[in-house]
Amino acid sequence: MAIFKRKYFKLSLDQPTGKDDETLWMKCKACGELVFKKRVRENNNICPKCGEYFFLTAPERIQMLVDPGTFEDISKPIGAADPLDFADQGGVPYLDKVKKAQEETGLSNEIIVGKASLNEVSVILAVMDFRFIGGSMGSVMGEQLCHAMRVAADERRPFILVSSTGGARMQEGILSLMQMAKTLSARQWLEAAGVPFISVMTYPTTGGVQASIANVGDITLAEKGALIGFAGRRVIQQTIKQTLPEDFQTDKFAYEHGFVDRVLKREGLRQELSRILRFFAGISRQRREPMALRILNSGRSHER
Amino acid sequence: MSDKRIVELERKIRELRTFSEDGIDLSAEIEKLEAKLQTLKEQLPPVPAPTTPDEWDQVKLARNPKRPYTLDFIRLMMDDFYELHGDQMYADDAAIVVGLALFEGETVVVVGHQKGRDVTENIRRNFGMAHPEGYRKALRALKLAERFGFPVISLIDTPAAYPGTGAEERNIGGAIAQNIYEMFKLRVPIVIAITGEGGSGGALGLGVGDRVLMLEHAIYSVIPPEGCAAILFRDASKAPEAARAMKVTAPTLLELKVIDEIIPEPGEGAHTDHETTAANLKEAIRRHLKALERIPLEKLLEQRAKKFQAMGVFEELEETHARE
Repeated sequence: MAIFKRKYFKLSLDQPTGKDDETLWMKCKACGELVFKKRVRENNNICPKCGEYFFLTAPERIQMLVDPGTFEDISKPIGAADPLDFADQGGVPYLDKVKKAQEETGLSNEIIVGKASLNEVSVILAVMDFRFIGGSMGSVMGEQLCHAMRVAADERRPFILVSSTGGARMQEGILSLMQMAKTLSARQWLEAAGVPFISVMTYPTTGGVQASIANVGDITLAEKGALIGFAGRRVIQQTIKQTLPEDFQTDKFAYEHGFVDRVLKREGLRQELSRILRFFAGISRQRREPMALRILNSGRSHER
Repeated sequence: MSDKRIVELERKIRELRTFSEDGIDLSAEIEKLEAKLQTLKEQLPPVPAPTTPDEWDQVKLARNPKRPYTLDFIRLMMDDFYELHGDQMYADDAAIVVGLALFEGETVVVVGHQKGRDVTENIRRNFGMAHPEGYRKALRALKLAERFGFPVISLIDTPAAYPGTGAEERNIGGAIAQNIYEMFKLRVPIVIAITGEGGSGGALGLGVGDRVLMLEHAIYSVIPPEGCAAILFRDASKAPEAARAMKVTAPTLLELKVIDEIIPEPGEGAHTDHETTAANLKEAIRRHLKALERIPLEKLLEQRAKKFQAMGVFEELEETHARE
């Protein structure tokens, strides 16, 4: 038991997060060219030379999507616990790993949830950060997602989820598996309230998140360069003892097999979301009754 | 590990107690049986103090190929079983069986993973590792149950959902997500029993319900121990260490409130006595279904959601403004 309560920091987009980055140049992992970091950042973290997509951190992603100055962190002040006393092979305790991720990213958690305007439409946004233990879903992410969906349902704001995750957080054992069920149970609130849910899958959206909340959007988009799938490539290759095709589990694969509605370039995502939201602009005028209840009631009146 | 006679007596006492709840006074009979149980216990050699079972030993027990499988449980617990085949979209996945059954004279829908007993059957059943069509077939059966108000019994025993190309091409993750979501909305009581291996999303895809029971030597984990070992310990052969780190056995799961009840297994484990194992499970399922039937539907669905909403452990922190 810690004597001093750990502190919880809410995200402010005006404050820099993460460690200071002193290098000005980086080498693109795809084309090998040296590129000016500032140029990369201005280009939505896309290589200006070859168009390769680099990771977006959650704050960068939010900055890219929302109207300036409108983002408000609505997360609950909670932090990871270690119910299993989990230590990996090197004997590193789980909470040390969390602390290290916090220091490296400047974030409290692997997910940021907030209110914001997107082209003047007010939305609830949940964005995962892959740098934070692979953006994996444990009890904290599960609770933040449920909280975000609760607020979205209560305030009738569209819910947008941007996934970037390896899946369940194994260090929390069975409880991480249960976050799949927990988040899906909360998805009912959106349905009951008639709130649209747009799920955006980016590199990567795999494992327990792909097999739960990311896969039940009303509309599902994939960002170009996304990796979408349940089992990892290595596991599958070991199982079937065959080399997998290049495009396996890519954005193209997901689109061709019908998992996602569209594949979008990063720079077009904000505009696309805004366009989709326009179709749902009239929802506040519609009846709030869940569909099942309406069907049931109409059946009754018919009998009479 | 307890004596078969003791297990049998304890089960009878629980049964009588259930009857008592219905207003029949059976206290005299219960007392008699309890006295008998006491004598029996005293006659037995002293049992060593219960020690926490080793996680890896439990994994091996849960995977014992002689354990009763879903169709064994169905044969031993149900009066009739009418198996349904196919997801009506793509194929019939033999790694999951579904059908209508008579349980204590009432119609129920049973869904469950099915492993094979020999090589031929295991190839056909893919070692109990289902493809998306298996989960979609189960969903079809769940919807059937809902239309007619039949309670659902789901028996879980799978190493994992199948990690293969076909499964990925047909969106195994999506099929699992859909089942979990629909199980929250299903307007009939659902009782889950983890009978062997509760492997990851492949288990949870049939695993949302009002009660979650678990056999004494079954396991339930977020990823198979080998998978966890390969990723976190960088060596699949470290599966025993991974199992110990993840804590995959029933007592921990009960403590974490992921399951509601542990079903005792006879002797050295379920593989030694299918009949008693099935009888113990049957008694528990019957008792829970009976209790669930009394709960109004809206309340039942609310409780089901709340049960899973409560799962997770985190620390409440002191809130501060943005980092200085």
